Amino acid sequence: MRLKLVPQDTSIDFFRYWKVSFGASAVAMVLSILAFLVMGLNFGIDFRGGTTIRTEAVQPVDIGAYRGAVEPLGFGDVAITEVFDPSFGPEQNVAMIRIQAQEGQEAKTPDQLAAIRAALQQVDPSLTFASVDSVGPKVSGELVQSAVISVLLALGAVLFYVWLRFEWQFSVGAVAALVHDVVLTVGLFAVLQIRFDLAIIAAILTIVGYSLNDTVVVFDRVRENLIKFKKRPLREVLNLSINDTLTRTVMTSVTTLIALISLFVLGGDVIRGFVFAMIWGVVVGTYSSVFVASVVLYRLGVKRDWSKNSGDTAGTQFGVKEG
Amino acid sequence: MLQIPMWKRILIWGTCALALLIAVPNLFYAQVERHNDAVTAQERGEAFLEEDLAAWPGFLPSFLVNLGLDLRGGAHLLAEVQVSDVYADRVDALWPTVRDQLREARDTVGAVRRLPSEDAGELRVRIGTPEAISEAAARVRDLAQPTQSLTGFGSGNDIDVRIEGEEIVVALSDAERQATDERTMRTSLEIIRRRVDEAGTREPTIQRQGEDRILIQVPGIGSAEELKALIGTTARLTFHPVVGVTSDGSEVPGPRNALYPAMEDPGTFYEVEQTPVVTGDQLVDASAAMDQNNRPAVNFRFNAQGGRAFGLYTAENIGSPFAIVLDGEVVSAPTIQSHIPGGSGIITGRFTVEETTQLAVLLRSGALPAEMEFLEERTVGPELGQDSIDAGRIAAIIAMAAVLIFMLASYGIFGVIANIALLLNVAMIFALLSLIGATLTLPGIAGIVLTIGMAVDATVLIFERIREEMRTAKGPARAIEQGYDKALSAILDANVTTFLTALILFAMGSGPVRGFAVTLGLGIITSVFTALLVTRLMMVMYFERRRPKTLAI
Repeated sequence: MRLKLVPQDTSIDFFRYWKVSFGASAVAMVLSILAFLVMGLNFGIDFRGGTTIRTEAVQPVDIGAYRGAVEPLGFGDVAITEVFDPSFGPEQNVAMIRIQAQEGQEAKTPDQLAAIRAALQQVDPSLTFASVDSVGPKVSGELVQSAVISVLLALGAVLFYVWLRFEWQFSVGAVAALVHDVVLTVGLFAVLQIRFDLAIIAAILTIVGYSLNDTVVVFDRVRENLIKFKKRPLREVLNLSINDTLTRTVMTSVTTLIALISLFVLGGDVIRGFVFAMIWGVVVGTYSSVFVASVVLYRLGVKRDWSKNSGDTAGTQFGVKEG
Repeated sequence: MLQIPMWKRILIWGTCALALLIAVPNLFYAQVERHNDAVTAQERGEAFLEEDLAAWPGFLPSFLVNLGLDLRGGAHLLAEVQVSDVYADRVDALWPTVRDQLREARDTVGAVRRLPSEDAGELRVRIGTPEAISEAAARVRDLAQPTQSLTGFGSGNDIDVRIEGEEIVVALSDAERQATDERTMRTSLEIIRRRVDEAGTREPTIQRQGEDRILIQVPGIGSAEELKALIGTTARLTFHPVVGVTSDGSEVPGPRNALYPAMEDPGTFYEVEQTPVVTGDQLVDASAAMDQNNRPAVNFRFNAQGGRAFGLYTAENIGSPFAIVLDGEVVSAPTIQSHIPGGSGIITGRFTVEETTQLAVLLRSGALPAEMEFLEERTVGPELGQDSIDAGRIAAIIAMAAVLIFMLASYGIFGVIANIALLLNVAMIFALLSLIGATLTLPGIAGIVLTIGMAVDATVLIFERIREEMRTAKGPARAIEQGYDKALSAILDANVTTFLTALILFAMGSGPVRGFAVTLGLGIITSVFTALLVTRLMMVMYFERRRPKTLAI
């Protein structure tokens, strides 16, 4: 008995409610942008400078007492959060302390750290620093810049590659889907106020790669079917292509989600935010390759005569034929 | 039809076997590491334990994936070298030459005086006879020499001389500044390397980044503070004639003098001549010792040139005090009792034994040419690193098992083929990571887990295609062939685009993010290889054995 997530032959009409789904995507994007503007992102020190200290102690974390110990030292804004993870033992109580960047100074000085450590050990003598990260304002500014550049570069590279291999309408569709995914991810991070640091940028770029992977597989089939069925309306061809690739889309999403969820649950709290972004990205990316990329392609229309240009683009362009 | 020549089969299986062989040492990380350490010690002729050497058979490959700081624990520092610090020294060194050059023409230009300058890279000179200023400037210009850069003689002169009102301004030229920066960076790198090596830690990374930055990563060190204490100290040792002692720290020192606080008793300041008699550059050796009162001290010895200068100065100035200055603080200011020939001496101050040991290390490895500012610092404790490895390992194993079961349930016998390909895929990632000496970070582990999920994508594309072709094509052999051919363009397009993003991540990212990009990129390459070649070969082999009439895919 085989496990079948998707029936053998499906003929779902994905464009039946395209106005609704497209509208929902548009509204979600607007809401994400609003959330970003109003609530802002909970930037980690990578992007705004400052110091984070991860403490481990035997006694339970008392945020009030920690704050009481650190605040008199006069480092300005101090944020303390307790960290929970199923893998922690009963005597492993972890907290994250974030201190804003100090005026006119790059990284933390040893004296300042020693002062913080001493103050916290007054509260709990067993407390140790599991990790300390300190980023000066100079570097954090550059990190923001290079993060934005890398996301834009990725989008540009995609736009160009898809345009090269397909047609410009495909390119616009793919990039619309990617922008959708990136905006929704940033929006979710704004709403949930999850810490947004350098690793999240890596996650976003991976989402770009994954979502694109999905979109390209559908588009590849669209191109093939356009050549095969020259007379059928575009909407039918698109539907056929999405249905053709549906099993694969679901299979790949499921295996990737299995792997990511395992990492989310068991991989420890250090990368949980990163994995969370990717899980979200896989879900949104799968959705967008059908309901954004294909819909854009449907609305833009596409040339139907593929015979002159590249003929049978599929299969021959890379020309790897094996005996 | 479905035929793969023997040489291709051997090549494909051979690659897989090789990958497995190279990846295997990573399963026995601790043993192989001990073995490798012992081998290194043996090569260097240092002491090592036979037991360690025997921990891993020598005929097997012993490549290991480097563990990143977030997994092993250690410290990471990004330092910016204040390269312009060196300009002041260059200008100071220039002054006596300029003065002598102008003194030769004293009759026409009159008395020569140095003025303070805001730009450290400039020397401002005023002469007694303003009318002769252009002649004086011309004389100074004669001192200019071609810029010496590391790539040979650069373009242009080392100094630009211009006239501003009644002052002659001698500035380091841009080319000279660049060449100086380059030298400063090289020296800084070299000295940091020496200091970190003296501390005897494992595989430190010391890299130049961009114009004026140095990245230092030292695994296994307790904290960034420790590392900073080791490399953040300039350790610039100088000996100056003392002009006077004061308790007023805000007192303005006389021209060409400097005011330094005393290390031992706060509130005392020494006014000393700014130009040192001897500097730490001329030291050839330094070691921790005890002075005659059994206080921790540092013994030092000058080279011939330094020894001569020191001997000469002490002979001429018996009875007057001189100051030993370390990084802008007066360590001690003894009175010269007698002529000190031979060029060796002792520094005493309020030191602990550890401090003298460290100071000796710092003096031996030389002073940093310029100060460093730390822009970024990260410390990961070894326990946290181990926790991350454990969590990552468990997550990867569970993810793997779940995906294997899922594939088996979905594709039956072909699921087995997909699963073998997946396992080989992970082995290949590890083999490649070990071979190129890449560093595995926590996001890197996430990249591998993500690859486990995504690697089946290509295989699924092919299987689904074969399934479709089974409905139209004539017989399973044709279906398999068609399946692979038609899935090819989708697989390549999909993977090229993902690879592009991995490349961008690698180019723009740093540290852990880069580690993620590396595993993601390698994962794409290996998954395309296993999907297109390995699964195909297995399909063909299965087909040859069974000759099925239909494919239960």
